[in-house]
Amino acid sequence: MTNLQLVFPEIFLSLSIMFLLILGVFKKNSSKIIQNLSLAVLLITAVITFNETISIKEVKLFNNSMIIDYLSSLMKIVTLLATFLVLIISSNYLRTFKIFKIEYPILILSSVLGMMIMINSNDLIVFYMGLELQSLALYVLATFNRDQIKSSEAGLKYFVLSALSSGLLLYGCSLIYGFTGSTNFNVIANQLGSSEYAITFGIVFILVGLAFKISAVPFHMWAPDVYEGSPTSVTLFFTMVPKVAALTVFIRFLYVPFLNLIDQWQMILIFLSIASMLFGAIAAIGQTNLKRLVAYSSIGHVGYALAGVATGTNEGMQSSVIYIIIYILMNLGLFSCLLMMKRENQYYEKIEDLSGLSKNHPMLALSLMIILFSLAGIPPLAGFFAKFYVFKSVIEQSMYFLAIVGLLSTVVAAFYYLRLIKIMYFDKEKEKYDTDHGLWLKFSLTFSTLLILFYFIFPSQLIEVVSRINII
Amino acid sequence: MNFPILSSLILLPTVGAFFLFFTRSNKQNNFTVKYVALFTSFVNFLLSIYLWILFDHTTSEFQFVEQRTWIEDFINYKVGVDGISILFILLTTFITPLCILSVNNSIKERLSEFLIAVLIMESFMIGVFCSLDLVIFYLFFEAGLIPMFLIIGIWGGARRVYSAFKFFLYTLLGSVLMLVAIITIYWLTGTTDVIELYSLGIEAKYQNLLWLAFFSSFAVKTPMWPVHTWLPDAHVEAPTAGSVLLAAILLKMAGYGFIRFSLGLFPVASEVFTPLIYTLSVIAIIFTSFIALMQEDMKKLIAYSSVAHMGYVTLGIFTIQQQGIEGSIIQMISHGLVSAALFLCVGVVNDRMHSRLIDTYGGIVSIIPKYSVLFMLFTLAALGLPGTSGFVGEFLILMGAFKDNFLVAVIASIGVIIGAAYMLWLYKRVIFGKLINNDLKKMIDLNRSESIILTSLAIPTLFFGFYPDPLINTIEVSISDLIETYNFRLASKI
Repeated sequence: MTNLQLVFPEIFLSLSIMFLLILGVFKKNSSKIIQNLSLAVLLITAVITFNETISIKEVKLFNNSMIIDYLSSLMKIVTLLATFLVLIISSNYLRTFKIFKIEYPILILSSVLGMMIMINSNDLIVFYMGLELQSLALYVLATFNRDQIKSSEAGLKYFVLSALSSGLLLYGCSLIYGFTGSTNFNVIANQLGSSEYAITFGIVFILVGLAFKISAVPFHMWAPDVYEGSPTSVTLFFTMVPKVAALTVFIRFLYVPFLNLIDQWQMILIFLSIASMLFGAIAAIGQTNLKRLVAYSSIGHVGYALAGVATGTNEGMQSSVIYIIIYILMNLGLFSCLLMMKRENQYYEKIEDLSGLSKNHPMLALSLMIILFSLAGIPPLAGFFAKFYVFKSVIEQSMYFLAIVGLLSTVVAAFYYLRLIKIMYFDKEKEKYDTDHGLWLKFSLTFSTLLILFYFIFPSQLIEVVSRINII
Repeated sequence: MNFPILSSLILLPTVGAFFLFFTRSNKQNNFTVKYVALFTSFVNFLLSIYLWILFDHTTSEFQFVEQRTWIEDFINYKVGVDGISILFILLTTFITPLCILSVNNSIKERLSEFLIAVLIMESFMIGVFCSLDLVIFYLFFEAGLIPMFLIIGIWGGARRVYSAFKFFLYTLLGSVLMLVAIITIYWLTGTTDVIELYSLGIEAKYQNLLWLAFFSSFAVKTPMWPVHTWLPDAHVEAPTAGSVLLAAILLKMAGYGFIRFSLGLFPVASEVFTPLIYTLSVIAIIFTSFIALMQEDMKKLIAYSSVAHMGYVTLGIFTIQQQGIEGSIIQMISHGLVSAALFLCVGVVNDRMHSRLIDTYGGIVSIIPKYSVLFMLFTLAALGLPGTSGFVGEFLILMGAFKDNFLVAVIASIGVIIGAAYMLWLYKRVIFGKLINNDLKKMIDLNRSESIILTSLAIPTLFFGFYPDPLINTIEVSISDLIETYNFRLASKI
């Protein structure tokens, strides 16, 4: 037990969660205080992570079951900052539905703790513990608006399907343990060779579980329903944050123990990636609800992120990380717009509700247009670069089929993003929405839009940050 | 020469657009908004004239090259011009102010947004013509979709949504394959710098597929038969200024791309696919000319004639003869002027009568004589009458074609006759004949801004028709050098 300070962020976060919980129980009407304190906790944890671990090259802790390296530090910081942004823009929404309760930030913090453990994990057991901690919190969050039947339905659906996938995942873990005699990633890596086929079974089961968490086709069925039913602020959280942690685990799990078995898992990942990109693009066309549409679009985007992982190279994995960071930024902007579509305490989430937005709210429409073009991957916006890096690394490995299918599905996907733009800009206007949005909501929309718009001026900064990741 | 003149050309319209963004458009300051845009684009035009004066046409080297690191070890922001690209830049900066001047009557609402889109479009177009890095080229090439989509979609006619979508998706579909090819080139050679690629060359065995990927993008953009169907739709529904931009400049990006990239980077593949291009070009010339003959909508007729004219352009480029390529470039410049003018002519009567159907008109020669004269000039230029710039281009292209392939040249020459037929018939039905429709009597002749626009398009059309030397001088050395390198690399198979 040496370097406790390296897990200081996690320790600090868990202590804070307990403190906040006790504070919430004993102090009446403390939701506002707890919200603000949680924000502070997230920021402080991010700062601690930055100070303590960002410069660490690679240290393993607790009998090698946890790993602190640049990848984990970076992803933890991304997770924490994304969560911070989610929390600050969701308070108005929660107040409107009278669910601005102490549990909300605390649950979010707990799931973040789970994600941080997942990101750190270098061992199947630790990984599973982190995964369950974040999932349990997420089930409750999905049902957070318990008076609405859709929200309860979403939570239940998520719980049942997620439990199923966790079961599969555990089965895979046990197979791998059975054939290698260890749950530690590095030990597994050394024990490969003799029983390759059996281990492949284990990998497949674990990949199924992970694909479920990241909502890749064909394990995506829960996503549209859950995204639609959950409160919008929770959907925002779902589409952004858990994907970061799951992607990190994807990378670590495939690259550390099983890089030598790349022939076995590469096909699976290519399939997951192609299926997600195509399905996400095609299924979104028929949607009428914006949140469902976002669900399908996020399925598609996960496909692109997985395409980078499928290459099995450092560059590919870095491009996935870049992709997910830019994706988070775009989603943040998209949901800020969704949260602004409010009239007399009611939120509108149908596609027709965007109608004529450009007349009533020109700035909102302009930002949303930029974000949508970026999601469609049109240059010179940030979304194009995200795809560009991914396909650059994919083509480096001569995986032309994946690249061409991926790029063709961006054309299909462009169709439904364009449809939204068409409704905003070409259709007749409806009633105006409220304009008294909170300062933070305006901030996050402006922030994300400007970053997306002007990313092309300084593209190398993000690459520089990400290119320090090196786990092979 | 330290002043970054090309970057200024690219940036200036965007800066103008930025100013417009902060000017709220309402009834009173529509005037201001328009003049800010006009001023910006006019300054840009003067700047490009200055560029042309400084341009040294005795060398085929790239000039005014600027280079900055953009993404470390990967992409450089690199721009420069040679004899081939400078004319397109001039065309862009010349057409844009005229476009802005023409919005008086046709754009009724959201004027400042419209002008922002036009100016940003100008930036992207100039960027396309002077970028010397494949990725930068792709960025500009694709980015142009956004403003054009909005121009067609917001300010277009009745079926604008369908047309805007068709335009956007067709073009995007074509260009994603080009992106794959660009990245592949990067991994094959380690660079996306055009100048370096010219000297490195690309191995012959990869060229065919790469050529096809670039072709898929340029063929849609040109547009070549059979992927031309987006063009008539887009033209018909776009507002006049949008059609002008589309016909005069956007279509030229593909012709430019063919010369710069298909010929420059893949000579072996270009040789292999020349029969394909010939076939498609000849079909485009004959087939779309016949379609144009049957049109009832004036804009659609001109749109189909554009497809036919671009058929001559692609034909000329792939003759790989000095005359052929020179002719193609002059044809593109001339088509830029003439089709812009024809669309504006349609716009003029459409603004007055709100109809683009040929049937509506007839016998208006005595009512609006000034208009009729100018319209005739551009009709004649479109069919390639000697003394107009259209003739020079067509003549040179056919000369190049006769050198290379007799049969193709003969068929293409037949196209000239059909071209004359549909243009003259259009003119006859609109301008001459009996005056049946009594509403036409209320039409007023060209107002001041319309006269300015059409005259300023007429002057270069006639000038370059009689005296094409300035154009030919500018491009001559670059093209002979291009052909020399082409033949050299064809022989050495890279």
